[in-house]
Amino acid sequence: MLKDITLGQFFPGSSLLHRLDPRAKLVAVVLFVVSLFISSSFWGYALCFLFLAWCVHISRISPKMILKSLRPLVIILIFTGVLNMLYTPGEAIFHFWIFNITKEGIFNAAFMIFRIVLLIAATSMLTYTTSPIALTDALERLLGPLKKLHVPVHEFAMMMTIALRFIPTLIEETDKIMSAQKARGADFDSGSLIDRAKALVPILVPLFVSAFRRADELATAMECRLYHGGEGRTRLNTLVMAPRDWGALAFMAAFCLLVMNAQRIAAVVL
Amino acid sequence: MEKAIVSAENVTYTYPAEEGKQNHAALHDVTISVKQGEFVAVLGHNGSGKSTFAKHLNAILLPSGGAVYIDGMDTREEGLLLAIREKCGMVFQNPDNQIVATVVEEDVAFAPENMGVAPEEIRRRVDACLETVGMGEYKRHAPHLLSGGQKQRIAIAGVLAMEPSILVMDEPTAMLDPAGRREVMQTVARLNREKGITVILITHHMDEAAMAGRIIVMHEGEVALEGTPREVFARVEEIRRLSLLPPQTVDLLWHLRAQGFDLPLEALSVEECADVLEAFLKK
Repeated sequence: MLKDITLGQFFPGSSLLHRLDPRAKLVAVVLFVVSLFISSSFWGYALCFLFLAWCVHISRISPKMILKSLRPLVIILIFTGVLNMLYTPGEAIFHFWIFNITKEGIFNAAFMIFRIVLLIAATSMLTYTTSPIALTDALERLLGPLKKLHVPVHEFAMMMTIALRFIPTLIEETDKIMSAQKARGADFDSGSLIDRAKALVPILVPLFVSAFRRADELATAMECRLYHGGEGRTRLNTLVMAPRDWGALAFMAAFCLLVMNAQRIAAVVL
Repeated sequence: MEKAIVSAENVTYTYPAEEGKQNHAALHDVTISVKQGEFVAVLGHNGSGKSTFAKHLNAILLPSGGAVYIDGMDTREEGLLLAIREKCGMVFQNPDNQIVATVVEEDVAFAPENMGVAPEEIRRRVDACLETVGMGEYKRHAPHLLSGGQKQRIAIAGVLAMEPSILVMDEPTAMLDPAGRREVMQTVARLNREKGITVILITHHMDEAAMAGRIIVMHEGEVALEGTPREVFARVEEIRRLSLLPPQTVDLLWHLRAQGFDLPLEALSVEECADVLEAFLKK
């Protein structure tokens, strides 16, 4: 059961979005988020929404998955909505005890919620269409210039890769330890919260011990395979920006400008 | 005589003393030399020093006394460390703790990437090595979904990608089921036979050791017996004294001999054993 979890929720596929260079995608998402926050007009949001819907459509990822990614944020969304509604001054349309609900407040709340929903949906699209390894690679390459400032970019990327590699291994191990403890009468599913937390200690201790042992062995094995840091390292799959990746970036830049000026354009056209 | 590619000369090694414990020598005056293209099995029960010996072969451990030379390079010389490790690849017991990447081909590419090999050449090596261990069709798979034997073959491919001339394997089958063991041992034997890679196999399985061209039995940090599998296994009494068990076939013949039947002690496979018994019964 624990074994089947997807890593970083990546859905393999072969759509245009899947095939884009991860660096291009990462920058594109940043541009999208920027335009989302710059935009303050209805038309800007409408453009963002349409564009994202088109992305979801061509990636062939079920819109249900996007909705699923929003679920953990429902509380934050409600919270943001309520706060915006209550604390925006303006023309009151509804009065209740000490609260004033204004027209502007309702608009603000709707925009804020819409903004956050689009933000989450866009970043989910990034992780849904990009494997964690490709993302790590992209980050390493994009942050490469920071190496000059002695930021250990390669080391961070290596740590990410190894962490991703060992998640399934450690989950499997947790599973085994839990079974072993259950076989000896451990009870994880009943009692108060504190009882349950206490029951986890006999799982965590062996898990940590074994994780350290694994780390030690892995380090030796890596040294035996000539690992000596990022210096002079080459890659099997070097990331190459294809014309379509540059095209996607140019498109995103244009999109960003369009969203910024959406209000003005709409005024002229309509 | 061909030149020795691995030579350990009077190697002594003592682990750093733990508090309250007397430190004993894990290796004591061990002299072993292995020729290019040989398949040597190092046998011994737990604590015999066989793993400690293996770790000396690519400078994970450095001898406290004596010296180890890999293709003429002294392991104590720090500047030669990477060259030695490139020449002498090492495969460990637990495949899970040797695999670095989340995709099989990226893992195999790890060593050549570290060496700074050009991407096209890495691609060629990765494909060739995966083909060699018979895992070509799994190159896009996630390692954690493979079986133990498959994982260990990936680990072997990962070491082969350095194109080493020596392959040291420290109990590579200890964590595998019988099917996985067979897969790995067949791969190793083929590498030795077809690619001429020198194999040093550390094991405590007699039947694995029987596949080697030469067996070295270690006991309490010293070389106790040495010879071809036939020579070594025929010395049943000595093997038993070193708390090892001879292969079942030899064991059977030995017991029959003890009962007064005049049988030779040379039978490494079940077929050979049957032949020996048949010949004896027909007499």
